[in-house]
Amino acid sequence: MTPPQRRRRYPKATPEPTPQPAKEGQNPPEGPKKNPERLYVITGPDGAERSELDLVTLIVAHADPPPSATPEQAALLRLCTAPLSVAELSAYLSLPFSVVTVLLTELLTAELVTARAPIIRQALADRSLLEAVMHGLQKL
Amino acid sequence: MDFKSSDTIPGPRTEDHLPHTAEAAVKIVIVGGFGVGKTTMVGSVSEIKPLTTEETMTQAGVGVDDNYGSETKTATTVAMDFGRISITEQLVLYLFGTPGQERFWFLWNGLFEGALGAVVLVDTRRLEVSFDVMGRLEERGVPFVVAVNTFPDGPRHSIDDLRTALDLSEDIPIVECDARRRASSRDVLMTLLQFLHSLAVEKAPV
Repeated sequence: MTPPQRRRRYPKATPEPTPQPAKEGQNPPEGPKKNPERLYVITGPDGAERSELDLVTLIVAHADPPPSATPEQAALLRLCTAPLSVAELSAYLSLPFSVVTVLLTELLTAELVTARAPIIRQALADRSLLEAVMHGLQKL
Repeated sequence: MDFKSSDTIPGPRTEDHLPHTAEAAVKIVIVGGFGVGKTTMVGSVSEIKPLTTEETMTQAGVGVDDNYGSETKTATTVAMDFGRISITEQLVLYLFGTPGQERFWFLWNGLFEGALGAVVLVDTRRLEVSFDVMGRLEERGVPFVVAVNTFPDGPRHSIDDLRTALDLSEDIPIVECDARRRASSRDVLMTLLQFLHSLAVEKAPV
């Protein structure tokens, strides 16, 4: 039996489409489990700059939640007393990734948390990094 | 002041805390069609129980994929499962299992762009669902390996036949795996890392 046949594509010079930022003014999504109206209220004023946060940026809290913190911010600060990725924060808080990045931007501005940037792929990969990952996988 | 709601939010178990020395994370994407075993693979090697992050897709993205059918929907929630492996006291590896459709790629900031590389998980019963994914990875220059998740009722093809069918050059590894088994999934990741390493050596200035 012959498997179906694919045709190979080649790299294009065209720039990659940029991600569409979520429109904060839009109606919140409908869902049975969530309370979306509230989420969009707690994300602060429209048009605020969002920090460049990756799914695997590690977030660490510096301080206990101040009395002025919203429940979501307080929950977030308690979660990252030890380093935790933005993806994990999104999962534990059951909030969409983009909402968590808005919350975090406020906390970063207030210097209540710090962000540890991920190591991203470079044109020329760092061999010692790859070797470290291989070594780590071998221990599994 | 304490808020009740924030006390009830589940967090990581104590044993799931990363050490304070964790400085940076890297990520690898496991991409493939629905039901091909992405979450199974993530779960078999992850040190934490796989978690799910969500993103909301607004109107612009809806209607692109006819799978959803409902054109009247204004927003769709898309979920992505992920896991984690601590590499050293300083370095953490995250694994994201994501569907292959292009519209998912832009929901999460830099999911593919920043990833060290990708594993394309394929099912020989539906080989063609992986064609588009590989095409997009090639276009964007994301290095990848192909892992064939072996299902008992799936047709068996030789690696050579698969390479021809997938139109992949000799240097791109194609391996068979059983995503349910930790060692097998680990070997797939190791194959990707070795491939990335070979690319780095090739490109390195002499």
